[in-house]
Parts: sequence; structure tokens; C-alpha cells
Amino acid sequence: MDISLQQVGYLYGKDSPFEKRALQGVTATIASGSYTAIIGHTGSGKSTLLMHLNGLLKPSEGSVQIGDTRITANTKAKALKDVRRKVGIVFQFPEHQLFEETVEKDIMFGPLNFGVPEQEARKRAHELIALLGLPEEVAQKSPFDLSGGQMRRVAIAGVLAFKPSVLVLDEPTAGLDPRGRQEIMELFHRLHHQENLTTILVTHSMEDAARYADHLIVMSGGTAVMTGSPKEIFSREEELATYRLGLPRSVQFQRDFERLIGRTLPDMALTEEQLAQAIVRAAAEEGDA
Amino acid sequence: MKEILSLDRVTYAYPTEEGKGRTAVDDVSFTVNDGEWIAIVGHNGSGKSTMAKLMIGLLFPDEGDVRLFLEKLTDENLWDIRSQMGIVFQNPDNQFVGSTVQDDVAFALENNGVPVEEMVTRVHQALAQVKMAEFLDHEPHHLSGGQKQRVAIAGALALQPRLLLMDEATSMLDPQGRAEVIRIVHDLKKDTGLTVISITHDLEEALLADRIFVMNKGKLLRTGTPEEVFAHGDELETIGLDLPFAMKMSNLLRENGLGLKGEHMTEEELVNELWTSHFNK
Repeated sequence: MDISLQQVGYLYGKDSPFEKRALQGVTATIASGSYTAIIGHTGSGKSTLLMHLNGLLKPSEGSVQIGDTRITANTKAKALKDVRRKVGIVFQFPEHQLFEETVEKDIMFGPLNFGVPEQEARKRAHELIALLGLPEEVAQKSPFDLSGGQMRRVAIAGVLAFKPSVLVLDEPTAGLDPRGRQEIMELFHRLHHQENLTTILVTHSMEDAARYADHLIVMSGGTAVMTGSPKEIFSREEELATYRLGLPRSVQFQRDFERLIGRTLPDMALTEEQLAQAIVRAAAEEGDA
Repeated sequence: MKEILSLDRVTYAYPTEEGKGRTAVDDVSFTVNDGEWIAIVGHNGSGKSTMAKLMIGLLFPDEGDVRLFLEKLTDENLWDIRSQMGIVFQNPDNQFVGSTVQDDVAFALENNGVPVEEMVTRVHQALAQVKMAEFLDHEPHHLSGGQKQRVAIAGALALQPRLLLMDEATSMLDPQGRAEVIRIVHDLKKDTGLTVISITHDLEEALLADRIFVMNKGKLLRTGTPEEVFAHGDELETIGLDLPFAMKMSNLLRENGLGLKGEHMTEEELVNELWTSHFNK
């Protein structure tokens, strides 16, 4: 399902004395099946933009096209129901939204509300528990007796229970330790391919954007200022700096390394593993290794 | 060196319906001296946050003593001792009370009976220190996550504490915001002799600390300078922690068959070693 934003503007508290502009003239396209990362410093409009991707906010100006649905300031709330089923959002700290007595009931809550028969909802809940790498016995446990990382997986299962075709992730690893972060990012990477999702990741981490995304949207001052592949975006170091964004550590390291040895490596390495291999190859060419 | 905080054989288990649960902090002893910056690292569930709660008297140990400013922490002196500590938690949304940014920063000062004029000065100063001075009259709830956390830090700084405790306080900030906060805290420590205890997952931040305490399964696994602690890099990875970028890169280079001498804590050291050993032909 393609998503297309045309000149999207948004004002909080429109026509009130507290009116505050959050988005202005955002135009961007997110292709079906892509893994898009939205990056930008704190307050750049990332989170407001995210809420436009499933109709939680309607644009004050311009339009948001999600599949067959076009959302403008005048779109009726009822027309958004279908969009909300197709676009699942995993908010920051999604475990704060858990509330049911058991994990199974929590995951079933959404589908039951949308009229899915109980048996089918239960079957889906158990599939999701397995898909997210949780032990089967958590199904009958209270979600509040689980570890932080497990609670987050249950909350993510609750979003996947709708079988969304687009998954929007708002800093999904916030508050996790390094191993937990890596596990969750690898999980989304796997889901993206296995479930043929369109994945949209809102992140502060240039490293995650470089490693996982194939398309980047850079937000600054409430508008989309750069779009392109990770290699395109991260080769524009000075422009990124004007938006208060740095390079992924591996790309920065490659730059420093290239400056010192006085020549450039054939390609930009987007992960530490790629960079290590490229440096070892370069060393071999020097007649070394 | 003067002692600011010490834990002496502290053990704590959370109570459950059936009695005591898993031991969250297990026989932990250490001393923090005046003016030190300590980074406490460990994976989620390693006991870091429980230890923080024990340090500020939100919990009391089942066994052992917590001593602050050379006094054993008790029910009686709790409030007096806490008035000398600034505390910043991970999620700023749970710590806002004021309807504007300046009200929020002033809240604790008001509770401590600071005169109005001094209060105004301190609030402005604290907000300037975290680069939020222009947000005096904003509503905290309309700020972004990173801005909120800077206000929360200002609230702690306004108390002019002898000890600043940060419980994953930078984990929700963007990289620049995080660097800014760390720099601010670093300067404060240098200029005012503030003692800082930072519970963190950010290994690059931990590199800047005077000493690192590594927690695992409720126990204090290792303490030492960053050089000493990161000399046991494999151990850190085994317990689910990350390594600083330069160390991770040199490990990857070795795995790919490149010979390197020694350990590299910073990127500069690693680039220079690559140059000297392999590219300066």
C-alpha cells in the first residue's frame, strides 16, 4: 500500500490563542514494501507526521493518501476506520498500553473489537506469541508479570493482531538495553520480509536507519528536507549537519579513516561489519594482510 | 577523598504475595567519593534501578546499610538527606507537576522554602544550563521528549544538589541532545565539584566517567576506570552489554583477519593504529 503526502501542514490548537504550527508543506512518498526511516532531531515534527500515517491526526492543509483512502482536513472520522486497520502504529513504550488480565486476552482485544470471531482471534494470538519469540506459557500469564522486553513484545503482538500491511514504529527500542534493542530491531527486520510489510521507522539512531532502511526521510522544522537512499543521504554530511544530524558512526569512521590514508574506499559501508570487510580488503590491496 | 555515598553489603528482594521474590540486589558494597562521576551499567533487570531506589531511600535494604554524606540513611533523616540530592528518572512524563516549564523547575524549590527572589534566579540559571531558557512559559506537556528531559534535569540542578543521580536520564534523547546533556553535566561536575552517579546503557557516556560499576544479576560484577573495565570486553558482551564503537570495530577487524596491536578505546586510537600498521607504506 503506497502512502503519499502532498503539501501536508498541521497546526496544533488551530484557531485558538495557542495555535502552534508543527508541520508545513510536507511532500513525500513511501512505496509499498519499502523500509523507510524518518529521521530528524527532537522537535522536528517526526511524531506529528507519524500520527498522520493512520489518520490519528488529519492534516490541516494538504492531503495524505493511504492506499485508496485520501485524508484531508474534511475527511469524516468514519472513513478512517479502514485505514487504522491497515496501518498499525507501535508507539514509544507500547507496554504502557497493556491492560488485560492475560497476555492472550490482551492480544485478542483489538481483533475482537473489530468483530473477529473469538476462536480465530485466539488462534492468531498464539501464532503471534510464537512469531515474536515468546514462550508459549506466557499466554495465560498476566502481562505485568513479564520482563520489560517481553511486555514490549506482547504490546507489539497486539498491533500485529490486526494484520496490518503497514507497520509504523515510533522509536521502538527506547529504554531497552543494547541486547534488547538489537533483538527488537532484528525482529522487525524479520517481520518486514516475512509478512511483506511496509515498515516506517521513526528513529534517533542513524545507525539503525543506515542498517535497516532502504529509504530515508529527513525532517527539520516541520518539513521533509531530504529524501533518498541511505547512501545518498549520508553522503551529504554538511547538509545533514545544518539539520543538527550527524552521520552513523561507521560512516563517520570511514570518513576519518579515508582522510588519514588519503584515498577513498570503493563504496560507503552502512554497517560496522561491511566497514570492517572493506578496510581489510583495502589493507590487502596495500600488499599487507 | 571524602565519601559521599557508600553501600555496605546491601541486599534487597522485592516482596511478593508468597514472601520474598528474586533477590534484585545481592550483597553489594562500594564507595563513591566527593566529585566523582560514576557510571553504573548493566542490562535491564540487572538490579541497577533497584540500587538507585535504595540509594535515595525509596526502598530500604533487607540487609546492609546505605550511607549518604557519611550518615546512615534512615526513615528519620531521609528528607534531610534527599534535599541534598538531585534525581532525574528515565521518563520525564512521570515527573512533571508544574503547568509551565518555570513552575515545574521551581516546584521543589518552593517545597524547600527557597525565597522567591533566589528561586527566580535559580530557575533561570538552571534552565539556561540545559539550554531551555527560551521555554520558560511553555507547557511541559507540549514539549518533545528530549526537551522535557532537559527541563527535568534543570529541576534537579535548581536544588543545587551535592549529588546528582541520573537513572537512564539520557536514554530518550536524540544523539545531539544526549551529547549536550552529558557535556552540561560534565561541566557542572568540573566547575562545581558535583558528584554524579549515572545509570546508563550508553557505553560512550560511560567512557567519560571516572569509574564504571558493572552490575549483573543483582551483583556488582566489576568496578574500575573505563580502561580497566573495557579490558574485559568479552565479559561485557556476554552479559548483554554493548562495547564502545572503537572496540567493536577493532574486534570486527580482527575477526576479518586483520592484525592489530593492543586495545583501542577511542576512534582516534584505532584510526592511528590502522595507519601505522597497515597503510603507512
